Amino acid sequence: MMKPTKAAARILLYGIMIFYALSIILPLIIMLSTSFKSNAEIFNNPFGLPEKFNFDAYTSLFIISNYGRYFLNSIGVTVISLAVAVTVSALASYAISKYHFKYNRAIYVFFVIGLFIPIKLGTVDIMLTMLNLKIFDTLWALIIVYIAMAIPLSVFILYDYIKMIPDELSSAARIDGCSEPGIFARIIVPLVKPGLAAAGIISFIPNWNEFWFPLVLIKSREHFTIPLATGQLFGQFDTKLNLVFAVLSLASVPVIIIYLLLSSYFVKGLSAGAVKG
Amino acid sequence: MLQAQKKHARFLFMFIFPAFIIYTVFMLLPILNSMKYSLYSGDGLIPDTFVGLDNYVKLFTEERYFSKFWNALGNNIKFFLIVTFIQNILGFFMAVFVTRSFKGNKFMRKLSFLPTTLSVLVVGFIFKLILNPYYGVFDKVLEAVGLGKFIIPWLGDPRSALIIVSIAVSWQFFGESVLFYSSGIDGIDDSILEAARIDGANIWHEIIHIILPSVLPIVGIVTILIFIGDFTQFDIVYAMTGYRGDPGYSTDLMGSLFYRTAFATTERGGWGTGMGAAVATMMFIIVTLGVGILLAFFNKKKEDMTK
Repeated sequence: MMKPTKAAARILLYGIMIFYALSIILPLIIMLSTSFKSNAEIFNNPFGLPEKFNFDAYTSLFIISNYGRYFLNSIGVTVISLAVAVTVSALASYAISKYHFKYNRAIYVFFVIGLFIPIKLGTVDIMLTMLNLKIFDTLWALIIVYIAMAIPLSVFILYDYIKMIPDELSSAARIDGCSEPGIFARIIVPLVKPGLAAAGIISFIPNWNEFWFPLVLIKSREHFTIPLATGQLFGQFDTKLNLVFAVLSLASVPVIIIYLLLSSYFVKGLSAGAVKG
Repeated sequence: MLQAQKKHARFLFMFIFPAFIIYTVFMLLPILNSMKYSLYSGDGLIPDTFVGLDNYVKLFTEERYFSKFWNALGNNIKFFLIVTFIQNILGFFMAVFVTRSFKGNKFMRKLSFLPTTLSVLVVGFIFKLILNPYYGVFDKVLEAVGLGKFIIPWLGDPRSALIIVSIAVSWQFFGESVLFYSSGIDGIDDSILEAARIDGANIWHEIIHIILPSVLPIVGIVTILIFIGDFTQFDIVYAMTGYRGDPGYSTDLMGSLFYRTAFATTERGGWGTGMGAAVATMMFIIVTLGVGILLAFFNKKKEDMTK
Protein backbone atom coordinates (compact mmCIF):
# COMPACT_ATOMS: atom_id res chain seq x y z
CA MET A 1 0.00 0.00 0.00
CA MET A 2 1.51 3.33 -1.03
CA LYS A 3 1.20 6.46 1.02
CA PRO A 4 -1.39 8.83 -0.45
CA THR A 5 1.21 11.47 -1.37
CA LYS A 6 3.26 8.81 -3.15
CA ALA A 7 0.22 7.69 -5.09
CA ALA A 8 -0.56 11.29 -6.04
CA ALA A 9 3.03 11.80 -7.21
CA ARG A 10 2.75 8.68 -9.38
CA ILE A 11 -0.49 9.84 -10.93
CA LEU A 12 1.02 13.26 -11.62
CA LEU A 13 4.13 11.68 -13.18
CA TYR A 14 2.04 9.46 -15.47
CA GLY A 15 -0.17 12.42 -16.33
CA ILE A 16 2.85 14.47 -17.42
CA MET A 17 4.23 11.55 -19.43
CA ILE A 18 0.97 10.90 -21.25
CA PHE A 19 0.61 14.59 -22.11
CA TYR A 20 4.23 14.72 -23.32
CA ALA A 21 3.88 11.57 -25.42
CA LEU A 22 0.69 12.86 -27.05
CA SER A 23 2.29 16.23 -27.83
CA ILE A 24 4.93 14.37 -29.82
CA ILE A 25 2.76 11.73 -31.47
CA LEU A 26 -0.35 13.71 -32.39
CA PRO A 27 1.18 16.16 -34.90
CA LEU A 28 2.83 13.22 -36.68
CA ILE A 29 -0.42 11.21 -36.73
CA ILE A 30 -2.28 14.23 -38.10
CA MET A 31 0.34 14.60 -40.83
CA LEU A 32 0.19 10.94 -41.87
CA SER A 33 -3.55 10.47 -41.65
CA THR A 34 -4.31 13.67 -43.58
CA SER A 35 -2.10 12.52 -46.44
CA PHE A 36 -4.50 9.60 -47.03
CA LYS A 37 -7.66 11.72 -47.04
CA SER A 38 -9.49 13.37 -49.90
CA ASN A 39 -9.78 17.16 -49.79
CA ALA A 40 -13.47 17.03 -48.84
CA GLU A 41 -12.67 14.67 -46.00
CA ILE A 42 -9.98 17.01 -44.66
CA PHE A 43 -12.59 19.73 -44.17
CA ASN A 44 -15.48 17.54 -42.98
CA ASN A 45 -13.62 15.04 -40.81
CA PRO A 46 -10.47 16.76 -39.54
CA PHE A 47 -9.94 14.58 -36.44
CA GLY A 48 -10.85 11.09 -37.52
CA LEU A 49 -8.67 8.58 -39.27
CA PRO A 50 -9.18 8.40 -43.02
CA GLU A 51 -12.27 6.41 -44.16
CA LYS A 52 -10.16 4.44 -46.57
CA PHE A 53 -6.45 4.64 -47.23
CA ASN A 54 -6.16 6.41 -50.49
CA PHE A 55 -2.69 6.48 -51.93
CA ASP A 56 -3.51 8.94 -54.72
CA ALA A 57 -1.34 11.66 -53.25
CA TYR A 58 1.68 9.37 -53.13
CA THR A 59 1.26 7.91 -56.58
CA SER A 60 0.90 11.36 -58.10
CA LEU A 61 4.02 12.59 -56.29
CA PHE A 62 6.08 9.79 -57.75
CA ILE A 63 4.53 9.94 -61.21
CA ILE A 64 4.02 13.68 -61.76
CA SER A 65 6.64 15.23 -59.57
CA ASN A 66 9.55 12.91 -60.13
CA TYR A 67 9.88 12.09 -56.43
CA GLY A 68 11.94 8.99 -57.12
CA ARG A 69 14.61 11.25 -58.59
CA TYR A 70 14.73 13.46 -55.48
CA PHE A 71 15.09 10.41 -53.26
CA LEU A 72 17.97 9.10 -55.35
CA ASN A 73 19.66 12.52 -55.21
CA SER A 74 19.31 12.68 -51.43
CA ILE A 75 20.51 9.10 -50.95
CA GLY A 76 23.49 9.67 -53.25
CA VAL A 77 24.54 12.91 -51.57
CA THR A 78 24.16 11.48 -48.06
CA VAL A 79 25.92 8.17 -48.74
CA ILE A 80 28.88 9.67 -50.60
CA SER A 81 29.43 12.62 -48.25
CA LEU A 82 29.18 10.56 -45.06
CA ALA A 83 31.35 7.73 -46.40
CA VAL A 84 34.10 10.20 -47.35
CA ALA A 85 33.74 12.23 -44.14
CA VAL A 86 33.93 9.17 -41.88
CA THR A 87 36.91 7.75 -43.81
CA VAL A 88 39.03 10.91 -43.75
CA SER A 89 38.04 11.58 -40.12
CA ALA A 90 39.05 8.05 -39.09
CA LEU A 91 42.47 8.51 -40.72
CA ALA A 92 43.00 11.87 -39.01
CA SER A 93 41.72 10.61 -35.64
CA TYR A 94 44.07 7.63 -35.85
CA ALA A 95 47.07 9.89 -36.45
CA ILE A 96 46.25 12.31 -33.63
CA SER A 97 45.28 9.67 -31.07
CA LYS A 98 47.99 7.06 -31.67
CA TYR A 99 51.14 8.99 -32.58
CA HIS A 100 52.84 11.18 -30.11
CA PHE A 101 54.10 14.40 -31.70
CA LYS A 102 54.19 18.10 -30.98
CA TYR A 103 50.78 19.16 -32.22
CA ASN A 104 48.40 16.32 -31.24
CA ARG A 105 46.26 18.42 -28.94
CA ALA A 106 46.32 21.50 -31.18
CA ILE A 107 45.15 19.58 -34.25
CA TYR A 108 42.43 17.81 -32.26
CA VAL A 109 41.13 21.15 -30.94
CA PHE A 110 41.40 22.64 -34.43
CA PHE A 111 39.03 19.97 -35.77
CA VAL A 112 36.63 19.91 -32.83
CA ILE A 113 36.22 23.70 -32.77
CA GLY A 114 34.23 23.17 -35.96
CA LEU A 115 31.37 21.87 -33.79
CA PHE A 116 30.82 25.48 -32.74
CA ILE A 117 31.37 27.18 -36.10
CA PRO A 118 28.21 27.91 -38.10
CA ILE A 119 29.31 27.06 -41.65
CA LYS A 120 26.19 28.88 -42.92
CA LEU A 121 27.99 32.17 -42.31
CA GLY A 122 30.53 31.32 -45.02
CA THR A 123 27.87 30.72 -47.66
CA VAL A 124 28.67 33.82 -49.74
CA ASP A 125 32.18 32.52 -50.34
CA ILE A 126 31.05 28.90 -50.74
CA MET A 127 28.63 29.95 -53.48
CA LEU A 128 31.33 31.93 -55.34
CA THR A 129 33.80 29.05 -54.93
CA MET A 130 31.31 26.58 -56.42
CA LEU A 131 30.76 28.95 -59.37
CA ASN A 132 34.54 29.14 -59.90
CA LEU A 133 34.90 25.36 -59.70
CA LYS A 134 32.05 25.06 -62.27
CA ILE A 135 30.09 22.78 -59.93
CA PHE A 136 27.45 25.31 -58.88
CA ASP A 137 24.00 23.72 -59.32
CA THR A 138 25.35 20.17 -59.20
CA LEU A 139 25.13 17.58 -56.44
CA TRP A 140 28.93 17.72 -56.10
CA ALA A 141 28.64 21.17 -54.56
CA LEU A 142 26.43 19.75 -51.81
CA ILE A 143 28.60 16.67 -51.31
CA ILE A 144 31.73 18.75 -50.72
CA VAL A 145 30.01 21.08 -48.23
CA TYR A 146 28.46 18.12 -46.38
CA ILE A 147 31.82 16.33 -46.08
CA ALA A 148 33.29 19.44 -44.45
CA MET A 149 30.26 19.75 -42.15
CA ALA A 150 30.52 16.17 -40.89
CA ILE A 151 34.26 16.16 -40.15
CA PRO A 152 34.31 17.89 -36.71
CA LEU A 153 31.71 15.60 -35.13
CA SER A 154 33.25 12.49 -36.73
CA VAL A 155 36.72 13.33 -35.40
CA PHE A 156 35.23 14.07 -31.98
CA ILE A 157 33.56 10.62 -31.84
CA LEU A 158 36.26 8.52 -33.56
CA TYR A 159 39.14 9.96 -31.52
CA ASP A 160 37.68 8.37 -28.37
CA TYR A 161 36.97 5.04 -30.02
CA ILE A 162 40.46 4.73 -31.52
CA LYS A 163 42.15 5.86 -28.32
CA MET A 164 40.59 2.88 -26.51
CA ILE A 165 42.28 0.33 -28.77
CA PRO A 166 45.25 -1.19 -26.90
CA ASP A 167 48.67 -0.32 -28.39
CA GLU A 168 50.01 -3.88 -28.02
CA LEU A 169 48.17 -4.98 -31.16
CA SER A 170 49.75 -2.41 -33.43
CA SER A 171 53.18 -2.82 -31.81
CA ALA A 172 53.06 -6.56 -32.47
CA ALA A 173 52.07 -5.96 -36.08
CA ARG A 174 54.85 -3.40 -36.46
CA ILE A 175 57.41 -5.95 -35.26
CA ASP A 176 56.03 -8.39 -37.82
CA GLY A 177 56.83 -5.79 -40.46
CA CYS A 178 53.35 -4.42 -41.09
CA SER A 179 53.31 -0.92 -42.66
CA GLU A 180 51.58 2.02 -40.98
CA PRO A 181 48.68 2.17 -43.49
CA GLY A 182 48.45 -1.61 -43.16
CA ILE A 183 48.03 -1.31 -39.39
CA PHE A 184 45.26 1.22 -39.90
CA ALA A 185 43.43 -0.92 -42.45
CA ARG A 186 43.91 -4.35 -40.85
CA ILE A 187 43.83 -3.60 -37.13
CA ILE A 188 42.22 -0.25 -36.40
CA VAL A 189 39.33 -0.29 -38.89
CA PRO A 190 37.96 -3.74 -37.96
CA LEU A 191 38.13 -2.91 -34.24
CA VAL A 192 36.59 0.51 -34.55
CA LYS A 193 33.57 -0.46 -36.70
CA PRO A 194 31.04 0.53 -33.99
CA GLY A 195 32.66 3.96 -33.86
CA LEU A 196 32.48 4.35 -37.64
CA ALA A 197 28.81 3.39 -37.49
CA ALA A 198 28.13 5.82 -34.64
CA ALA A 199 29.83 8.69 -36.48
CA GLY A 200 27.90 7.95 -39.68
CA ILE A 201 24.53 7.53 -37.97
CA ILE A 202 24.78 10.69 -35.86
CA SER A 203 25.76 12.80 -38.87
CA PHE A 204 23.05 11.19 -41.00
CA ILE A 205 20.14 13.22 -39.60
CA PRO A 206 21.46 16.77 -40.03
CA ASN A 207 22.86 15.75 -43.41
CA TRP A 208 19.62 14.23 -44.73
CA ASN A 209 17.50 17.16 -43.51
CA GLU A 210 19.80 20.00 -44.59
CA PHE A 211 17.85 22.67 -46.47
CA TRP A 212 19.94 25.86 -46.52
CA PHE A 213 22.69 24.75 -48.92
CA PRO A 214 20.44 23.16 -51.57
CA LEU A 215 18.33 26.33 -51.45
CA VAL A 216 21.37 28.49 -52.22
CA LEU A 217 23.46 26.14 -54.40
CA ILE A 218 20.88 24.14 -56.40
CA LYS A 219 18.71 25.71 -59.08
CA SER A 220 17.69 22.91 -61.48
CA ARG A 221 14.83 20.61 -60.67
CA GLU A 222 16.73 17.45 -61.57
CA HIS A 223 19.23 18.13 -58.77
CA PHE A 224 16.68 18.71 -55.99
CA THR A 225 17.18 16.83 -52.75
CA ILE A 226 14.21 15.80 -50.60
CA PRO A 227 14.31 18.86 -48.29
CA LEU A 228 14.55 21.26 -51.25
CA ALA A 229 11.71 19.46 -53.06
CA THR A 230 9.68 19.68 -49.84
CA GLY A 231 10.30 23.41 -49.58
CA GLN A 232 9.55 24.16 -53.23
CA LEU A 233 6.54 21.86 -53.68
CA PHE A 234 4.85 22.91 -50.46
CA GLY A 235 3.98 26.28 -51.95
CA GLN A 236 2.86 24.84 -55.30
CA PHE A 237 0.35 22.38 -53.85
CA ASP A 238 -1.41 25.00 -51.77
CA THR A 239 -4.85 23.85 -52.85
CA LYS A 240 -4.25 20.09 -52.78
CA LEU A 241 -3.92 19.46 -49.09
CA ASN A 242 -3.46 15.71 -49.22
CA LEU A 243 -0.49 16.26 -51.55
CA VAL A 244 1.03 18.75 -49.12
CA PHE A 245 0.75 16.29 -46.24
CA ALA A 246 2.10 13.49 -48.42
CA VAL A 247 5.15 15.61 -49.26
CA LEU A 248 5.80 16.11 -45.53
CA SER A 249 5.24 12.43 -44.74
CA LEU A 250 7.67 11.36 -47.45
CA ALA A 251 10.29 13.69 -46.00
CA SER A 252 9.86 12.36 -42.45
CA VAL A 253 8.81 8.70 -42.47
CA PRO A 254 12.11 7.25 -43.79
CA VAL A 255 14.07 9.14 -41.13
CA ILE A 256 11.65 8.12 -38.37
CA ILE A 257 11.98 4.45 -39.37
CA ILE A 258 15.78 4.66 -39.42
CA TYR A 259 15.76 6.34 -36.01
CA LEU A 260 13.49 3.71 -34.47
CA LEU A 261 15.72 0.93 -35.85
CA LEU A 262 18.99 2.51 -34.70
CA SER A 263 17.89 4.63 -31.74
CA SER A 264 20.37 3.05 -29.32
CA TYR A 265 23.22 4.36 -31.50
CA PHE A 266 21.86 7.90 -31.42
CA VAL A 267 21.31 7.93 -27.70
CA LYS A 268 24.70 6.37 -26.92
CA GLY A 269 26.64 8.58 -29.30
CA LEU A 270 25.00 11.82 -28.25
CA SER A 271 25.02 11.07 -24.51
CA ALA A 272 28.72 10.21 -24.59
CA GLY A 273 29.39 13.52 -26.30
CA ALA A 274 27.33 15.48 -23.78
CA VAL A 275 28.89 13.91 -20.69
CA LYS A 276 32.42 14.14 -22.05
CA GLY A 277 32.00 17.74 -23.17
CA MET B 1 50.95 5.96 -27.72
CA LEU B 2 53.71 5.68 -30.27
CA GLN B 3 56.46 8.26 -30.15
CA ALA B 4 56.36 9.60 -33.69
CA GLN B 5 59.69 9.36 -35.44
CA LYS B 6 61.04 10.84 -38.65
CA LYS B 7 59.96 7.81 -40.66
CA HIS B 8 56.38 8.29 -39.46
CA ALA B 9 56.17 11.96 -40.41
CA ARG B 10 55.16 11.06 -43.96
CA PHE B 11 52.30 8.86 -42.73
CA LEU B 12 51.15 11.38 -40.17
CA PHE B 13 50.90 13.98 -42.91
CA MET B 14 49.10 11.53 -45.21
CA PHE B 15 46.58 10.54 -42.55
CA ILE B 16 45.72 14.05 -41.39
CA PHE B 17 45.91 15.88 -44.71
CA PRO B 18 42.61 14.89 -46.43
CA ALA B 19 40.34 15.79 -43.49
CA PHE B 20 42.42 18.88 -42.75
CA ILE B 21 42.25 20.26 -46.27
CA ILE B 22 38.50 19.69 -46.86
CA TYR B 23 37.58 21.09 -43.46
CA THR B 24 39.86 24.12 -43.79
CA VAL B 25 39.02 25.02 -47.39
CA PHE B 26 35.25 24.50 -47.18
CA MET B 27 34.44 25.41 -43.59
CA LEU B 28 37.01 27.75 -42.05
CA LEU B 29 38.24 29.70 -45.07
CA PRO B 30 34.73 30.53 -46.36
CA ILE B 31 33.99 32.35 -43.12
CA LEU B 32 37.21 34.37 -43.36
CA ASN B 33 36.62 35.03 -47.06
CA SER B 34 33.09 36.20 -46.35
CA MET B 35 34.61 38.75 -43.97
CA LYS B 36 36.87 39.84 -46.81
CA TYR B 37 33.92 40.17 -49.22
CA SER B 38 32.16 42.40 -46.70
CA LEU B 39 34.79 45.04 -47.54
CA TYR B 40 33.89 44.92 -51.24
CA SER B 41 30.94 46.02 -53.30
CA GLY B 42 29.77 45.25 -56.83
CA ASP B 43 26.73 45.26 -59.07
CA GLY B 44 27.15 41.67 -60.21
CA LEU B 45 27.28 38.50 -58.17
CA ILE B 46 30.95 38.89 -57.28
CA PRO B 47 31.80 41.94 -55.16
CA ASP B 48 34.89 43.33 -56.94
CA THR B 49 35.32 46.96 -55.83
CA PHE B 50 37.16 47.55 -52.58
CA VAL B 51 35.10 49.92 -50.40
CA GLY B 52 36.67 49.41 -46.96
CA LEU B 53 34.17 49.67 -44.14
CA ASP B 54 31.59 51.37 -46.36
CA ASN B 55 29.14 48.44 -46.17
CA TYR B 56 29.21 48.59 -42.37
CA VAL B 57 28.77 52.37 -42.36
CA LYS B 58 25.71 51.94 -44.59
CA LEU B 59 24.38 49.10 -42.48
CA PHE B 60 24.36 51.23 -39.33
CA THR B 61 23.57 54.71 -40.69
CA GLU B 62 21.02 54.22 -43.47
CA GLU B 63 17.55 53.59 -42.18
CA ARG B 64 16.49 51.07 -44.84
CA TYR B 65 19.37 48.88 -43.65
CA PHE B 66 19.62 49.47 -39.92
CA SER B 67 15.88 49.27 -39.28
CA LYS B 68 15.84 45.72 -40.67
CA PHE B 69 19.07 44.77 -38.88
CA TRP B 70 18.01 45.90 -35.39
CA ASN B 71 14.54 44.48 -35.91
CA ALA B 72 15.94 41.03 -36.78
CA LEU B 73 18.40 41.15 -33.88
CA GLY B 74 15.65 42.13 -31.43
CA ASN B 75 13.39 39.34 -32.70
CA ASN B 76 16.26 36.91 -32.47
CA ILE B 77 16.92 37.78 -28.82
CA LYS B 78 13.22 37.24 -27.96
CA PHE B 79 13.25 34.01 -29.94
CA PHE B 80 16.35 32.78 -28.08
CA LEU B 81 14.86 33.65 -24.68
CA ILE B 82 11.61 31.77 -25.35
CA VAL B 83 13.44 28.73 -26.74
CA THR B 84 15.88 28.72 -23.81
CA PHE B 85 13.05 28.87 -21.31
CA ILE B 86 11.23 25.93 -22.88
CA GLN B 87 14.19 23.78 -23.83
CA ASN B 88 16.48 24.47 -20.92
CA ILE B 89 14.17 24.95 -17.96
CA LEU B 90 11.19 22.80 -18.91
CA GLY B 91 13.55 20.32 -20.62
CA PHE B 92 15.53 19.99 -17.41
CA PHE B 93 12.43 19.15 -15.37
CA MET B 94 11.26 16.73 -18.03
CA ALA B 95 14.64 14.98 -17.82
CA VAL B 96 14.22 14.70 -14.04
CA PHE B 97 10.81 13.07 -14.59
CA VAL B 98 11.95 10.77 -17.39
CA THR B 99 14.89 9.43 -15.37
CA ARG B 100 12.69 8.33 -12.44
CA SER B 101 11.79 4.69 -12.45
CA PHE B 102 8.33 4.05 -13.84
CA LYS B 103 6.76 1.73 -16.35
CA GLY B 104 7.64 2.86 -19.85
CA ASN B 105 10.49 5.25 -19.08
CA LYS B 106 12.72 3.58 -21.68
CA PHE B 107 10.01 4.14 -24.26
CA MET B 108 9.54 7.77 -23.22
CA ARG B 109 13.25 8.48 -23.56
CA LYS B 110 13.24 6.99 -27.03
CA LEU B 111 10.12 8.89 -28.04
CA SER B 112 11.30 12.25 -26.70
CA PHE B 113 14.14 12.35 -29.24
CA LEU B 114 11.90 11.55 -32.21
CA PRO B 115 10.98 15.14 -33.26
CA THR B 116 14.70 16.00 -33.39
CA THR B 117 15.11 13.57 -36.28
CA LEU B 118 12.68 15.50 -38.50
CA SER B 119 13.80 18.37 -40.66
CA VAL B 120 13.13 21.85 -39.23
CA LEU B 121 11.39 22.64 -42.49
CA VAL B 122 8.91 19.78 -42.10
CA VAL B 123 8.19 20.72 -38.48
CA GLY B 124 7.54 24.32 -39.52
CA PHE B 125 5.16 23.20 -42.27
CA ILE B 126 3.28 20.79 -39.97
CA PHE B 127 2.71 23.56 -37.41
CA LYS B 128 1.67 25.97 -40.14
CA LEU B 129 -0.94 23.52 -41.42
CA ILE B 130 -2.26 22.62 -37.96
CA LEU B 131 -2.65 26.35 -37.20
CA ASN B 132 -4.29 27.23 -40.52
CA PRO B 133 -7.41 29.36 -39.86
CA TYR B 134 -9.52 27.54 -42.51
CA TYR B 135 -8.81 23.85 -42.05
CA GLY B 136 -6.29 23.71 -39.18
CA VAL B 137 -7.00 21.17 -36.48
CA PHE B 138 -5.86 23.44 -33.63
CA ASP B 139 -8.66 26.01 -33.96
CA LYS B 140 -11.22 23.22 -34.40
CA VAL B 141 -10.08 21.70 -31.11
CA LEU B 142 -10.36 25.08 -29.36
CA GLU B 143 -13.90 25.48 -30.72
CA ALA B 144 -14.83 21.97 -29.64
CA VAL B 145 -13.80 22.61 -26.02
CA GLY B 146 -15.50 26.02 -25.91
CA LEU B 147 -12.43 28.26 -26.21
CA GLY B 148 -13.41 29.51 -29.66
CA LYS B 149 -13.44 33.15 -28.56
CA PHE B 150 -9.66 33.10 -28.00
CA ILE B 151 -8.86 32.15 -31.59
CA ILE B 152 -6.66 34.64 -33.45
CA PRO B 153 -4.83 34.21 -36.77
CA TRP B 154 -1.83 32.75 -34.96
CA LEU B 155 0.76 33.25 -37.69
CA GLY B 156 -0.92 36.34 -39.16
CA ASP B 157 -0.80 38.44 -36.01
CA PRO B 158 2.50 40.19 -35.20
CA ARG B 159 1.84 39.75 -31.47
CA SER B 160 1.69 35.96 -31.63
CA ALA B 161 3.66 34.90 -34.73
CA LEU B 162 7.15 35.01 -33.19
CA ILE B 163 5.98 33.16 -30.08
CA ILE B 164 4.44 30.41 -32.23
CA VAL B 165 7.63 30.11 -34.31
CA SER B 166 9.67 29.82 -31.09
CA ILE B 167 7.35 27.12 -29.75
CA ALA B 168 7.68 25.12 -32.99
CA VAL B 169 11.48 25.10 -32.75
CA SER B 170 11.30 24.22 -29.07
CA TRP B 171 8.92 21.34 -29.78
CA GLN B 172 11.44 19.97 -32.22
CA PHE B 173 14.60 20.24 -30.12
CA PHE B 174 13.09 19.70 -26.67
CA GLY B 175 14.10 16.04 -26.87
CA GLU B 176 17.73 16.93 -27.43
CA SER B 177 17.87 18.79 -24.10
CA VAL B 178 16.01 15.94 -22.40
CA LEU B 179 18.51 13.44 -23.81
CA PHE B 180 21.56 15.47 -22.72
CA TYR B 181 20.21 16.15 -19.22
CA SER B 182 19.03 12.56 -18.80
CA SER B 183 22.47 11.20 -19.59
CA GLY B 184 23.91 13.64 -17.04
CA ILE B 185 21.43 12.48 -14.40
CA ASP B 186 22.21 8.83 -15.26
CA GLY B 187 25.83 9.61 -14.46
CA ILE B 188 25.09 10.69 -10.89
CA ASP B 189 26.26 8.14 -8.36
CA ASP B 190 23.21 6.27 -7.05
CA SER B 191 24.65 6.06 -3.55
CA ILE B 192 24.57 9.87 -3.24
CA LEU B 193 20.89 9.93 -4.19
CA GLU B 194 20.15 7.01 -1.89
CA ALA B 195 21.86 8.73 1.05
CA ALA B 196 19.89 11.91 0.40
CA ARG B 197 16.62 10.01 0.27
CA ILE B 198 17.40 8.20 3.55
CA ASP B 199 18.06 11.63 5.10
CA GLY B 200 14.52 12.48 4.03
CA ALA B 201 15.39 14.80 1.13
CA ASN B 202 12.37 15.49 -1.03
CA ILE B 203 12.54 15.92 -4.78
CA TRP B 204 13.25 19.67 -4.52
CA HIS B 205 16.28 19.06 -2.35
CA GLU B 206 17.43 16.40 -4.74
CA ILE B 207 17.15 18.77 -7.69
CA ILE B 208 18.76 21.80 -6.04
CA HIS B 209 21.57 20.11 -4.12
CA ILE B 210 22.44 17.07 -6.18
CA ILE B 211 21.08 17.04 -9.72
CA LEU B 212 21.57 20.68 -10.72
CA PRO B 213 25.22 20.94 -9.59
CA SER B 214 26.05 17.66 -11.35
CA VAL B 215 24.51 18.58 -14.69
CA LEU B 216 25.56 22.24 -14.69
CA PRO B 217 28.33 21.71 -17.27
CA ILE B 218 25.73 20.09 -19.55
CA VAL B 219 23.38 23.04 -19.02
CA GLY B 220 26.25 25.21 -20.27
CA ILE B 221 26.80 23.11 -23.40
CA VAL B 222 23.09 22.90 -24.20
CA THR B 223 22.70 26.68 -23.80
CA ILE B 224 25.67 27.37 -26.06
CA LEU B 225 24.40 24.97 -28.74
CA ILE B 226 20.91 26.52 -28.56
CA PHE B 227 22.47 29.98 -28.83
CA ILE B 228 24.46 29.12 -31.95
CA GLY B 229 21.49 27.33 -33.52
CA ASP B 230 19.04 30.13 -32.75
CA PHE B 231 21.20 32.97 -34.04
CA THR B 232 21.72 31.17 -37.35
CA GLN B 233 18.20 29.69 -37.58
CA PHE B 234 16.56 30.09 -40.96
CA ASP B 235 14.50 27.03 -41.94
CA ILE B 236 11.72 27.58 -39.42
CA VAL B 237 11.09 31.15 -40.61
CA TYR B 238 11.14 30.09 -44.26
CA ALA B 239 8.61 27.33 -43.55
CA MET B 240 6.20 29.13 -41.22
CA THR B 241 6.22 32.80 -42.16
CA GLY B 242 8.20 33.03 -45.40
CA TYR B 243 11.70 34.37 -46.05
CA ARG B 244 10.60 37.94 -45.19
CA GLY B 245 9.56 36.91 -41.70
CA ASP B 246 5.90 37.95 -42.08
CA PRO B 247 3.68 39.52 -40.80
CA GLY B 248 5.49 42.82 -41.24
CA TYR B 249 8.97 41.42 -40.50
CA SER B 250 7.81 40.47 -36.99
CA THR B 251 9.39 37.00 -37.30
CA ASP B 252 12.47 38.08 -39.25
CA LEU B 253 15.57 36.56 -37.62
CA MET B 254 19.27 37.09 -38.36
CA GLY B 255 19.27 33.94 -40.52
CA SER B 256 16.37 35.03 -42.72
CA LEU B 257 17.79 38.56 -42.95
CA PHE B 258 21.11 37.10 -44.12
CA TYR B 259 19.43 34.85 -46.69
CA ARG B 260 17.37 37.69 -48.14
CA THR B 261 20.09 40.31 -48.21
CA ALA B 262 22.83 38.05 -49.61
CA PHE B 263 20.99 35.69 -51.97
CA ALA B 264 17.72 37.28 -53.07
CA THR B 265 17.30 39.65 -56.02
CA THR B 266 16.95 43.37 -55.27
CA GLU B 267 13.19 43.30 -55.81
CA ARG B 268 12.88 40.47 -53.28
CA GLY B 269 14.88 42.30 -50.62
CA GLY B 270 18.47 41.66 -51.70
CA TRP B 271 21.18 44.15 -50.71
CA GLY B 272 23.96 42.81 -52.92
CA THR B 273 26.54 40.15 -52.07
CA GLY B 274 28.94 42.55 -50.32
CA MET B 275 26.25 43.82 -47.94
CA GLY B 276 25.11 40.23 -47.39
CA ALA B 277 28.66 39.30 -46.42
CA ALA B 278 28.67 42.22 -43.96
CA VAL B 279 25.48 40.86 -42.37
CA ALA B 280 27.12 37.41 -42.10
CA THR B 281 30.20 38.98 -40.48
CA MET B 282 28.01 40.78 -37.93
CA MET B 283 26.31 37.45 -37.18
CA PHE B 284 29.70 35.82 -36.69
CA ILE B 285 30.68 38.56 -34.23
CA ILE B 286 27.36 38.20 -32.35
CA VAL B 287 27.69 34.40 -32.13
CA THR B 288 31.34 34.57 -31.01
CA LEU B 289 30.61 37.24 -28.38
CA GLY B 290 27.57 35.36 -27.14
CA VAL B 291 29.43 32.06 -26.84
CA GLY B 292 32.27 33.85 -25.00
CA ILE B 293 29.87 35.45 -22.51
CA LEU B 294 28.04 32.16 -21.92
CA LEU B 295 31.31 30.28 -21.40
CA ALA B 296 32.49 32.86 -18.86
CA PHE B 297 29.12 32.78 -17.09
CA PHE B 298 28.99 29.00 -16.74
CA ASN B 299 32.62 28.75 -15.69
CA LYS B 300 31.97 31.28 -12.95
CA LYS B 301 28.84 29.40 -11.85
CA LYS B 302 30.88 26.22 -11.69
CA GLU B 303 33.47 27.89 -9.46
CA ASP B 304 30.75 29.28 -7.18
CA MET B 305 29.27 25.82 -6.79
CA THR B 306 32.52 24.05 -6.02
CA LYS B 307 33.43 26.56 -3.29
